[in-house]
Formats: sequence, C-alpha cells, structure tokens
Amino acid sequence: MEGLLGLNADFSVRREGFRLDLKLSIPPGRTVALLGPNGAGKTTAVNVLSGLLAIDQGRIELVGAVLDDPGAGVFVPPEARRVGVVFQDYLLFSHLSVEENVAFGLRSRGMSKESSRTRAGEWLERMGLLDLARRKPGQLSGGQAQRVALARALVTEPDLLLLDEPLSALDVSTRVQLRRGLAEHLEQFTGPRLLITHDPTEAFLLADEIHVIENGTITQAGSADDIRLRPRTHYVADLAGSNLFLASAHNRAVDVHGHQLQIADDFEGDVLVTIRPSAISLHQHRPEGSPRNAWLTTIELIEHLGERVRLRTGPPLPLTVEITESAVVELSLSEGKEVWVAIKATEIGVEPE
Amino acid sequence: MKPARGTGGPPVLLIILGISGLAVFALPLAGLLARTPWAKLGSLLTGDVVTDALGLSLLTSLAATAIAAIIGVPLAWLLARVDFPGRTIARGLVTLPLVLPPVVGGAALLFAFGRRGLFGQPLNEATGLLLPFSVWGVILANTFVAAPFLVITVEGALRNLDQRYEGAAATLGASRWTLLRRVTLPMIGPSLVAGLVLTWARALGEFGATITFAGNLQGRTQTLPLAVFVALESDRDAAIALSLVMVAVSLTVLVALRERWWKGF
Repeated sequence: MEGLLGLNADFSVRREGFRLDLKLSIPPGRTVALLGPNGAGKTTAVNVLSGLLAIDQGRIELVGAVLDDPGAGVFVPPEARRVGVVFQDYLLFSHLSVEENVAFGLRSRGMSKESSRTRAGEWLERMGLLDLARRKPGQLSGGQAQRVALARALVTEPDLLLLDEPLSALDVSTRVQLRRGLAEHLEQFTGPRLLITHDPTEAFLLADEIHVIENGTITQAGSADDIRLRPRTHYVADLAGSNLFLASAHNRAVDVHGHQLQIADDFEGDVLVTIRPSAISLHQHRPEGSPRNAWLTTIELIEHLGERVRLRTGPPLPLTVEITESAVVELSLSEGKEVWVAIKATEIGVEPE
Repeated sequence: MKPARGTGGPPVLLIILGISGLAVFALPLAGLLARTPWAKLGSLLTGDVVTDALGLSLLTSLAATAIAAIIGVPLAWLLARVDFPGRTIARGLVTLPLVLPPVVGGAALLFAFGRRGLFGQPLNEATGLLLPFSVWGVILANTFVAAPFLVITVEGALRNLDQRYEGAAATLGASRWTLLRRVTLPMIGPSLVAGLVLTWARALGEFGATITFAGNLQGRTQTLPLAVFVALESDRDAAIALSLVMVAVSLTVLVALRERWWKGF
C-alpha cells in the first residue's frame, strides 16, 4: 500500500465553468511538483487539499484518515486538517510580528502563550530569523518573508506540506539563492510535500516527481528526465525544450551526466546548465571552426511544429534541438539517422545552483 | 509646498474657490468665538443645564456607538459575506437613515416604539419599559441615525479585505471565531475605528430624531444640541457656552484620532 502514510488524492471539483481532475499519491519524504501554466488549476488544488474548497467527487486521504469524501459524507474543515501551507505571496498577517505569525498556528490549536512563544522561537532560530522576531512582515525582504511563511506552516508539525509558488514573489537574483535554501528546509520536513509551480527549473530542482497540469487535468507525470526527454504535449515540450541539466563545473568546463561541455566562463561546483534548442546546430560532417562542443549522435525523434521542427538527439547527451523545416530537408534528416551536434561555448547558460 | 519649476503655481481660480470653501467652515466658528462671553464662561459652564446636557450627551453617544459596534459589525459582515435574498434591500435599509430627515426618523421610531407603537405597546405591556422620553429613547434615536456610518464603513472594508488571509488562518487551525477575532477584525482595524468615530460624532450631534422621539427633558433626554437650541431662545450666552463645549469635544477627539488612527481615511 504505497502512500498509506502519505497523501492519496483522487478527486474532481467544478468551479464556475472550470473543472479540476487530480490523482495524486505522495509518500512521506517525497516532493511532488504540480507544474503548469497560470489558470491550469494549481491554486484550486491547494485550496482543495487544505480544505478551503470541498470536492464534488472522489476522495482525499492523508496518513490513512479521510479528509474529504462526498460519497461518504465526510469533510474535514481546514482548521481540523493537519496541512501546512506556504501560500503564494506568503499571506503573512501584517498586524502581527514575525514571532506572532509563527506562533499563530500553535495559539489557534490551544497552546498557551508561553509554550507557543518558546516553540515559535525554536523555529525562528532554525530558520535564522531570531533577530527578526519583533519585526512586522512589512519590514521583511522577500526571502525573509518566505522563511517566516515556511516556519509558520511547519511549526504545527503538519502531515502534509503544500507550497504554492514559493519563489514567484522574489526577484530573479534572489530566487536562485533561495531555491537552494528552500531545498534544504524541505529536507527537514519528513511528510509528503507538494510544490505548486509554473517554473520548470523550480520543479526539476526541488521535486522528485513532476505532474504536469493543463486545463484542470494531469497531462503527464514522471521524473524530471521522463518529462524532459519524452514530452507528451506541446506545453511540456516547450517547457522541456529548454535543455536543463544539473552539472558540476570546473574551470571552463561542465560535466553533464559524464559528458564534458566547454563553457565560456569560469565556474566551480554545482551549476545549472541550460541550452536553448535553437542554439544547437546540426551537421552532416564534423563541423570545423569555432564550436568546441561537437559530437556524433543519432536522431531519435522528429516532431513538426509548423515552421519549426523539434528533434530529439540520442546519447551521449540527449538534447532537444529546434531547427527550420528547410534545414531538415537540406540535411535530409530522418529518425535513426546519424548527425553531428555542435554548440558554441557562449551559447551554454550556466548559473550556480 | 513649493511648486515645481516650470509648472507654475496652482491655478488662481482653484485658489479662490478653495479658500471660499474653507471660509464656509471657518466663518461660523469665528462668529461663535467672537460672541463668546469669555469672562462669564467659567460660571456658565458649571451650570446645571450644561453639566446635565454634557453628561447625557457623552453617555448616550457612547452607548449608541457601543450598540452600533455590537450589532453593526455582524450586520456589516452579513452584508459583505453572505449572499442572502434581499441583500440589496437590506443594504438600502441601512443607508436610509443617512438621507432621511432625522425628524422623519424620530417620527418613525415613535410609531414603532411609542407607547401605542407597533412594537412599543407589546414591549410596554410585557416589561413595563417605555422608550420615548427616556434615556433609552435617546440612545435608540442616536443608534438609528448614527449606526449606518459604522455598518457602511465596515462593510466596505470587509469587501476589500483579501479573504485569502482568512483561509491562511483557517489552515493554521483557527476556528471561525478565532479567525474573526485575530485576523479579520485587526486587519480591518483602521476602517473599524473610522466607522466608530464617525458614528460617535454623528450621535453626539443628533438633534431631530432625539427631540421627536425622546423629547427635551433636562437631565433626562436633553442632550447638548437640544440644550443649545433651547438656550438660544432664553439665554444666548449659555447657548454659546454649550456650543463651545461641543466644538471643543468634537475637535479634540477628531484631531487626536485622525493623527493616530485614520490617517488614510
């Protein structure tokens, strides 16, 4: 019985002409990402699992207990569920201090003022927020507010953690840095974790398993590699098309799954490598001149998208490549055919992970 | 404030009209102050009529504000959050006392809660309580006329409040009541205070509904505005002294609260 101690949800809910059908199973200690565009039903899923919205059909179970089952007439209201939520925009209470925000859940569940202060203090310390205990949320940076929101959700020791776009309120430069911090904090929570995001990088880096949601249904589910290498819809293909890898850098080279790539700048340690599909060129013969990254591979898949053609290349480093229809004809490309791949070092995006 | 270079000062017409506007509010006050018998003021202010009226006015206006808070906040919540049939009509009923002449309100109160009134008669027979010409009558009249300010302000604030905060509180284990007490009310705090101040100010100045429904009995139902009205006929100096008391009380409270609580209002 996989997930008996985790989350088991299989439900549908209708709302103002919109319908969300979701089937999710998350065992303890595992992070599942719900990845999809805006309006796909991600926030509805958060509301359903946290109890702010009742389902129309199906069943939601957490740690073996039924939270919502309209067929059996069961509905556990949000205040009686043990679900911690980090909301989009964090929703910290602006009239309460950081400490009072974190202690809110404990106080609401009947803990005394003294004990809840002590417990909140422990979490503030763990999150490195002790100095900010007396501040009001309006005086915090985006990253600090995120940690307060996480502490507030975790202090009550929930059985499920929901994170709704936990990084989208931050600017790009802090996002990279905080993603790493978030990953570490998530490790501390031993229950099932559901990450809601529209950002594939976030999903690929933070989640063990990705469920892609489009128009209220899951269109594809699997590991980051499954999604990346075998996209089943245009949306997933576009997401996956960014050729995203975790790699380790040394000097002006990165090691991607055992394959060496030359890059333009000096980097050291774990990095995130991105290669735009249109920045990769294909050749019949070994290319001469500037590209320092070139290797022989086979075409595994050809997909026609109007003017553009999307190809999937095989080992040693599977990539998504985008070229024009005329280039396909010129190179007489077909599935299974051998081809040279070339990428300029300057076209490889590298950022510290 | 210095105008920015190149934009010129504010238009002359605007200045003239603006200053005229200020004059409308300032000139009556100047007239009052010019006629004030400063030398006699001490003895005038300690007279029975003044102290009775002041005490009664404070008591009844504060009581009306308290009642408005107790029944007005729940009403505002219902109007803002519950989609019940006839909500538009209910909202209209709440707004009515704002536009109705207070005398008409007083008359309506008399027909409803008077000795022979629709509800007054059974109430009187059951409990012996008689609202007209009593302190309770003054409080009821004040509440009827002033409470709409609170209801409308709080309803607006509740409608503008991002309800996701209440959802967040619920996921943290807050019961409906805890959520209202610790999240909703504090978050609409500034509007609530503004509504209470407006209600209190309106109740303090109430005249028409009070005199129609509760009469004008010194020490029982004669509030400051009624005492001023009576004194204008008999003792002009006393009327001025009473008026000054009202100006002083209102101005102090409004200025003090404006600084502290309702800057944004």
